[in-house]
Amino acid sequence: MSEVLLSVDQVTMQFGGVTALDNVSLHINKGEIFGLIGPNGAGKTTCFNVITGVYAPTSGTVTFDNKSLLGLKRFQITKRGIARTFQNIRLFPDMSAVENVMVGVDAHSKTSVVGAILGIPRSRREETESRERAHELLKFIGIEEYAEVAARNLPYGHQRRLEIARALGTNPQLLCLDEPAAGFNPAEKQELNELILNIRDQGYTVLLIEHDMNVVMKISDRIAVLDFGRKIAEGLPQEIRDNPDVIAAYLGVPDDAA
Amino acid sequence: MIYRTFWDLTVSGVVLGLIYALVALGYTMVYGVLRLINFAHSEIFMVGTFGVLISLTKVFGISLFDDGQYPYRSGFTLVAILVASTIAAMVVSGAGAVVLERTAYRPLRGAGDAYGAVVLAFLTGLVASFLFSDHMMTNLAISAIITGPVSVLYVRIFRRGRQAPRLAFLISAIGSSMAMAEAVATWGPDQRSVYKTPRVLEKKVLFNFLGADVRIDYVIVAIGAILMMTSLLLFVNRTRLGRGIRAVAQDAETARILGVNVNSVILVTFLLGGAMAGGAAMMFTLVYDQTRFNIGFLLGVKSFTAAVLGGIGNIKGALLGGIVLGLAENYGSSIFGGQWKDVIAFVVLLTVLMFRPTGILGESLGKARV
Amino acid sequence: MSITESFRQRTTPQLQLGNRFRSLPRSAKWSLSALLIAAFYLTPYWPQVPVLGWIVNTPGTSFENVLTDQIMMFILVALGLNVVVGFAGLLDLGYVGFYAVGAYTTAVVTSGQFTLPWIAALPLSVIMAMIAGVILGTPTLRLRGDYLAIVTLGFGEIIRITANNSDWLGGPRGISKVPHPPSIGPLKFGVLNAKPYWYLGFTVILIVIFVLTRLEKSRVGRAWAAVREDEDAAELMGVDTFKFKLWAFAIGAAIGGLAGSLYASKVGFINPDNFQLQLSILFLAAVVLGGTGSMYGVIMGGFLVAWIPERFRGFSTRRYFVFGVVLVLVMVFRPQGIIPRRGAAAGIAQKGESDV
Repeated sequence: MSEVLLSVDQVTMQFGGVTALDNVSLHINKGEIFGLIGPNGAGKTTCFNVITGVYAPTSGTVTFDNKSLLGLKRFQITKRGIARTFQNIRLFPDMSAVENVMVGVDAHSKTSVVGAILGIPRSRREETESRERAHELLKFIGIEEYAEVAARNLPYGHQRRLEIARALGTNPQLLCLDEPAAGFNPAEKQELNELILNIRDQGYTVLLIEHDMNVVMKISDRIAVLDFGRKIAEGLPQEIRDNPDVIAAYLGVPDDAA
Repeated sequence: MIYRTFWDLTVSGVVLGLIYALVALGYTMVYGVLRLINFAHSEIFMVGTFGVLISLTKVFGISLFDDGQYPYRSGFTLVAILVASTIAAMVVSGAGAVVLERTAYRPLRGAGDAYGAVVLAFLTGLVASFLFSDHMMTNLAISAIITGPVSVLYVRIFRRGRQAPRLAFLISAIGSSMAMAEAVATWGPDQRSVYKTPRVLEKKVLFNFLGADVRIDYVIVAIGAILMMTSLLLFVNRTRLGRGIRAVAQDAETARILGVNVNSVILVTFLLGGAMAGGAAMMFTLVYDQTRFNIGFLLGVKSFTAAVLGGIGNIKGALLGGIVLGLAENYGSSIFGGQWKDVIAFVVLLTVLMFRPTGILGESLGKARV
Repeated sequence: MSITESFRQRTTPQLQLGNRFRSLPRSAKWSLSALLIAAFYLTPYWPQVPVLGWIVNTPGTSFENVLTDQIMMFILVALGLNVVVGFAGLLDLGYVGFYAVGAYTTAVVTSGQFTLPWIAALPLSVIMAMIAGVILGTPTLRLRGDYLAIVTLGFGEIIRITANNSDWLGGPRGISKVPHPPSIGPLKFGVLNAKPYWYLGFTVILIVIFVLTRLEKSRVGRAWAAVREDEDAAELMGVDTFKFKLWAFAIGAAIGGLAGSLYASKVGFINPDNFQLQLSILFLAAVVLGGTGSMYGVIMGGFLVAWIPERFRGFSTRRYFVFGVVLVLVMVFRPQGIIPRRGAAAGIAQKGESDV
């Protein structure tokens, strides 16, 4: 029996007159790869933003590890164990790759400002550990040789991976990936699939937004489909693939069948 | 007694506020389009006042006193003088704004051109010449010679066209502000003292509003300000160039791709802001009959505060912010004492921003609602 | 240190110098540093050195007075403002307020009826300035960048006008007869000889550099850099952005107060006109001119902003015009500053804000 890690309950998100999410409910089990798909504008990134605390939902709740996330500040949500990447890459451009990851690892650092000034043993120790951990993660995702290169100078594919490494640095339980395969060619997408499966095997739970069906269908354990802010289907990849509502949402309904 | 004072304060507060508002327009529009706090806008205002001074004293030849009396004029002459001086102020301020943009900001956007290069080369020459001589003629001669070759060099450097970090724009603005104010202070005939402007308008009281005397200069300021702002609103909302301004304020890159000439739009924005400041300069001299090399500074800071108060980037916000500020200053001074006047602006701003972080009418960085 | 290697990827001349310094063996680094520190302790004597002296000396005023009345303070202020503007990326246009708080605290506490010894006045001034920083920062750090600028500007003005209107702070005439520091060993802080002030001041500068370097290389420095580069992303990576911004404000304010305190003790009298808005602007200019975010850059910037008007006194009334033009020229041709911080070497703009 799988354990529910994240639960989104009847979340509605309204911006002025626009309803971006309409009574959406879903749950993610520990250790699974959960895909979130839907046509453009369906509300997938909005859903991400609600989960990670960027937006406070107009109504509904988000529960993580049996505790509600409402009212928490974004960095607190990250500390609780949810980390993410971004649709348009948001690395710290002038910091090196390893420094970017270290910022993530620092999320759990206990060194205070005073401690840093005084150079107390714990501060030095955490600094070394943080750097080591960052290097480990860079190695894990395969870009360790670029550790000292400024993020803005990295090739595109490496930047996307770096974002993942940085998110992993915060030691999350749930890793949210927002279109990680955007701009990749088929070979790179294959590598990405393996990386994500690897990540899952390390014990992380993954929430994945992705447009490329090859990626999503291949690696997701379960999938939810959004359209116009509503969840129109949820289930195993084969079920989703054959679901007429999903097909209609993506391809449209032929005139004579309307 | 108190009742009378209240409306007095209100009337003069609104007039002061309208002057703030006109200057605030320049800040708000430039910020909307460039996200830049044009620190030098205060000096654009200041040179406008000197434009009025020159127009009155040199062009019309009016002296400060006619046999110990104010040199009042009336009828058609008066109107002609006022209109001409307003135009002079607007032209001087507008031109100043355009030169400023081309010289101090455009190169930082990576779009430096020959005009800016020439001005910068001239200034470089001028400063270099100070090392060798104190004579103005020698300085100008040396600068003239140096300008040619140096500007060629500068144009070449400009071709590299890189965008500078935001703080660099701010410091360039600060430097320009300082240079303009100090230029007037150093080379103006009366240098750092107050320049009195001839009072051509007899400040008759036109009518009485609930116990407050409303002078004719107040009325002129009010009418003038409303005319100017209405024209500006019409321009921004109804003309093609105005649409361009709004487009660039929202998303410069997309506007550029769609064929909007971003550099022209920015130039026009500065020109309009400068013209507004020129109008404000005329009104200021009309009401206060004086100017000085540094009057821009404090007024500029307050006008910028007014722009933020009303919602930065929002033209109507500048009007509202200006009036609110003018009133708050007057009421506040009478309650707390005149020595706290300058603090009031900031206290009001802080209070408003606490509750409405984007200003009273909200930011309007390019949104259709201007 | 592997960071060294990343420097090697960029090859502007200043960084090459930095690279070569960093790659020296430990003993060489220590010796060179010791030599440089000794040389800087002897700065008051530089006018007597042949070529250097002509370049550095200020005609018309005593160099050591310029050094201790202005240059010293500007360097400290530049270091402090750099924490706020350079490290954390917060635009502060009212830094003179903290400077004033430090100066007035020292003045009031050492010259009034009940007095504290200077050795207690100094830390008290720092603490008061720090408190001012926290008071200012707490409500305002939630505001967006440019709004913060105008609000901090207002703060600086509020401090000055309050001092001007308050009798217990001396009103417009200010406070005079602020005592000089008591003798520390062989150093006597009198009126004639300015050198002991420099020895004291430079020591303070060294301590500040030490503390800031520690901070810069720790998770605090990283958090500041993350906030500066992309505040929203930083927050989503677990950085408590508000806390770190407030700390930047507090530390910057503390250093400003420290500078103000030293100023009051050196000059002996202060009044509200010493703390005008223009000074905040000069402070900011020092930081940007020197290289925002780069400690040695802003030290250079502080030195230049304080020194140039004095060195070129020959320009008399045209000094500030020249200064204004120089600012514009430097920004047009070298916007990243004289000694840019790592990563800003090419002068490329930072990423703006955008929706997540």
